[in-house]
Amino acid sequence: MARLSARDLTLQYEQRRVIEGLRTEIPEGKVTMIVGANGCGKSTLLRGLSRLLRPAAGAVTLDGKDIHSRPAKELARTLGLLPQQPTAPDGITVRDLVGRGRYPHQGFFRNWSHGDSSPHDLAVRNALDATATTELADRNVDELSGGQRQRVWIAMALAQETEVLLLDEPTTYLDLAHQVEVLDLVTDLNRRRGTTVAIVLHDLNLAARYADHVIAMKDGAVVAEGTGIDVITEELVRTVFGLESRVVPDPVSGTPLIVPIGRHHYPAPQATETTKPALEIAS
Amino acid sequence: MTASTTAASSGERERTLEAPKSAKTGPQLYVRAEVRARKGKQPAWLLAAVVVLALACGASLAVGARAIPLGTVLDALVHFNAADGNHAVVHARIPRTVLGLLAGGALGLAGAAMQGVARNPLADPGIMGVNAGAALAVVGGIYLFGITGLSGYIWFAFVGAAAAAAIVYLLASLGRDGATPVKLALAGAALSAGLYSLMNVVLVSSQDTLDRFRFWQVGSVAGRDWSVILPALPFLAVGALIVLLSGRILNGLALGDDLARGLGQRVGLSRGIVALGVVLLCGSATALAGPIAFLGLVIPHAVRFFTGPDYRWILPFSLVLAPALLLASDVVGRVVLLPGEVPAGIMTAILGAPVFVWLVRRGKGASL
Amino acid sequence: MSRTVERAIVEPERTVGALKTAEKGPQLYVRAERAAKGLNRTWLLAAAVVVLFVASILLGSYTVTVPDFVTIVTAHLTGGEKIPGASFIVMETKLPRATMGLMIGVAFGLSGALFQTMLRNPLASPDVIGISNGASASAVLAIVVFGASGAAVSVAALFGALTVALLIYLISRGGSLRGAGGRNGNAAGNRLVLAGIGIAAALGALVSFLMTRADIRTAAEALIWLNGSLNPATWERIGVLLLALAVLLPFTAALAKPLRLLELGDDTAAGLGVRVGAVRLGLVLTAVALAAVATAAAGPVSFVAFLAGPIARRVTGKPSLPASALTGAVIVLAADYFAYNLAPLLLDATVLPVGVVTGALGAPFLLWLLATSNRKDA
Repeated sequence: MARLSARDLTLQYEQRRVIEGLRTEIPEGKVTMIVGANGCGKSTLLRGLSRLLRPAAGAVTLDGKDIHSRPAKELARTLGLLPQQPTAPDGITVRDLVGRGRYPHQGFFRNWSHGDSSPHDLAVRNALDATATTELADRNVDELSGGQRQRVWIAMALAQETEVLLLDEPTTYLDLAHQVEVLDLVTDLNRRRGTTVAIVLHDLNLAARYADHVIAMKDGAVVAEGTGIDVITEELVRTVFGLESRVVPDPVSGTPLIVPIGRHHYPAPQATETTKPALEIAS
Repeated sequence: MTASTTAASSGERERTLEAPKSAKTGPQLYVRAEVRARKGKQPAWLLAAVVVLALACGASLAVGARAIPLGTVLDALVHFNAADGNHAVVHARIPRTVLGLLAGGALGLAGAAMQGVARNPLADPGIMGVNAGAALAVVGGIYLFGITGLSGYIWFAFVGAAAAAAIVYLLASLGRDGATPVKLALAGAALSAGLYSLMNVVLVSSQDTLDRFRFWQVGSVAGRDWSVILPALPFLAVGALIVLLSGRILNGLALGDDLARGLGQRVGLSRGIVALGVVLLCGSATALAGPIAFLGLVIPHAVRFFTGPDYRWILPFSLVLAPALLLASDVVGRVVLLPGEVPAGIMTAILGAPVFVWLVRRGKGASL
Repeated sequence: MSRTVERAIVEPERTVGALKTAEKGPQLYVRAERAAKGLNRTWLLAAAVVVLFVASILLGSYTVTVPDFVTIVTAHLTGGEKIPGASFIVMETKLPRATMGLMIGVAFGLSGALFQTMLRNPLASPDVIGISNGASASAVLAIVVFGASGAAVSVAALFGALTVALLIYLISRGGSLRGAGGRNGNAAGNRLVLAGIGIAAALGALVSFLMTRADIRTAAEALIWLNGSLNPATWERIGVLLLALAVLLPFTAALAKPLRLLELGDDTAAGLGVRVGAVRLGLVLTAVALAAVATAAAGPVSFVAFLAGPIARRVTGKPSLPASALTGAVIVLAADYFAYNLAPLLLDATVLPVGVVTGALGAPFLLWLLATSNRKDA
């Protein structure tokens, strides 16, 4: 059991306050998506939740205990994190990289663990299996494609075997197919292992589809939270993004699907057909 | 510099996205084979490195103005006969060889650890301000206290090196984010330049000091006896222990601060501990042999060729190969300019530079 | 610069936030104000250069009044009557010294700023990447082995600097000087810095070795040269320097604009129509030549090239080549005033080489920049 929550959380960089007095909870055993406009503080919140940023006031608690009061390694066995664009050391192989996720499980003097049957090797193998990267295990991370590389990083986070996993924009720079693949993978993880997952995601439609729980943020505060259907409405898209839209049921999953309106298209179809093309040519 | 790897820039990503198609056909297999070959063979390579080191030791005992056959060297080590002139020569070369082993090993380890701590392939002990601090302290010792012998220099050098490194680390830790790689490098470069200038103030105004100092400055393993070596041993031992045990910490740091923290590492603390080990090691090495350029920079780069990016292997390899290069440099330096000698510190730079340049050209280590 | 990039990566939220507020605010006004501030501050730097220049001629251990100075200069130009003693000191010592200080300050300042901007790396100044060491090794070799002095040393230094620059360039040219593109993928740039540092270390060792082989008096003389000194300032040398600057400054001015685009990354610059390869080559040549001629004239005055850019940036709030040039001149003139007029009072009449002062005073300054740069991001 692992319940991550923020109590009156205030986060700031130097003098700039990004989040003030925020209260929220990452529900256990569910996939939570944190959404909001650029600069609304969602990545900052994730950094705060994952102890990369020490709160200026308030606290982040895991099972009721302040995360900053717990030994770093112990916490890392429960709470895992994948930052937005992690660095892979030059020339490292996939297996080595994934193996580094085992760090919090290894004692100081246990520099090496031998044998295929050790729990560490098992965890690494499972992580490779789960992300379908076993084939790539002996290749250099440098030579992988963007999608493969992201799978490898997720494999590393899996090898950490935590109950809670936080991901910051795991789909950045990926094409649509790879985005879906990554989110499917995370969902598998949640369904099979019961891992609590929290993801900062830009794409509202994908967020709505994969989320059990949505936290919508604006200007450093939570404006709405709940299930995707409850939270993602035309009204919310207007408040959070300042965008007019239609929200229709996703034909595949039934979750909310946002269709943005913009300035050049109008909901009434006839009016646009005659005038618009001419305008476009003119400009 | 550091950022360059972080954001495998969008252009690069674009490239790699298309890579699989072409990669499947040709070079990929080869690369895979290379990686496989590397994997699991490290112990064998390490053994080979130890053999190389042993050969270097042998050469260091045998070669010189008076060359002595290896058989006689062995004989001198096992059954020492004071009456035999050859044996006496071999014995006279022992301190120098031991010193090469110690200083070389310390610099190799310190260099590798430093590159990991600073996550910067350019980091070498010199960049922590160690050489400059030691140099200024030695100059101060000569000028203010009239210190003359090497056994007098050693304490000044050690204190100067440690103080400079501590100041660099503290300065780099100021402000937000703590001691980031870029700040470490800049603080080290800045402090070094300042200290060298202060040193030059003294050297310009005192020719006597310059006359003594210039011979320390070149870095050499010659002319030291046991009274210089023994006091440094405890510092070397503690430093080596700290650094050798920090392989996994450095592996974590290599992933970037955020991820290392996510894996439960206390980034600031680990950096501090490893930096302490580095200071102990290169402070003692500089005290022993004077400033020896290059070893700490080149060896870890070269070693990565055999080990890949795993610090648990990089550290022991550096420990073994750095003294091998230093001893070899010393041996070559003894014979190239007969009857004179070129100090080891000069020879490491002359032998090391082409290797380094070659590594840079291959593109290995252009980023970390 | 790489710090800003690093920061942008570490805190995307924050950077994005900053952009957002900028968009909302009275952006044009802010921009205009900042430009005005930068310009004013640049004038301020220019004024500082003038004040220091005048001060180092008129004040110091031998003071000259303004009317006397005017008389001396007119007399010198028209061949009129000279003031005994004063004429000589002004025309043969003080004026050439100040003029040369001004010129090498400008040259070092520009050279450093060009390298740092082009390679997007604050460490990449000619003193760090080995060009100064090339000059040093070659000059010390000339002094120690061939007993050279005066102009011959300068020629040797120039030769050494250019040779090393060429060597570094060839080594780093693996995939031409083009970076990998993107906002900071600058592999060739990194390679250049790495190769330079390696070569610098080897040459530094060579210099140390040569110092041990020399007679102690020669070594002391070489040491002065190694630190960079305005002692050898003569009109003849100034003439040569002036000629070199007259060629190089227009080049620098012409390259300033494409350089500003290169800062956006090679790919972006190419997209905007910059011929990246050619511009880079031009920049390298110009920057190396600036550093080389200044080093040949006065020796490798440490830290001026390294510091001028960052300080100028702090003073004017933006990276600027003219401001870097002026800052270089300010550093050299101020340091030499100290070295020539004040240090002898403290150090039993030892005239310090100017480079000792730039290093000793420059280092704390850089450290201060480093410690405070987090709050006010330039």
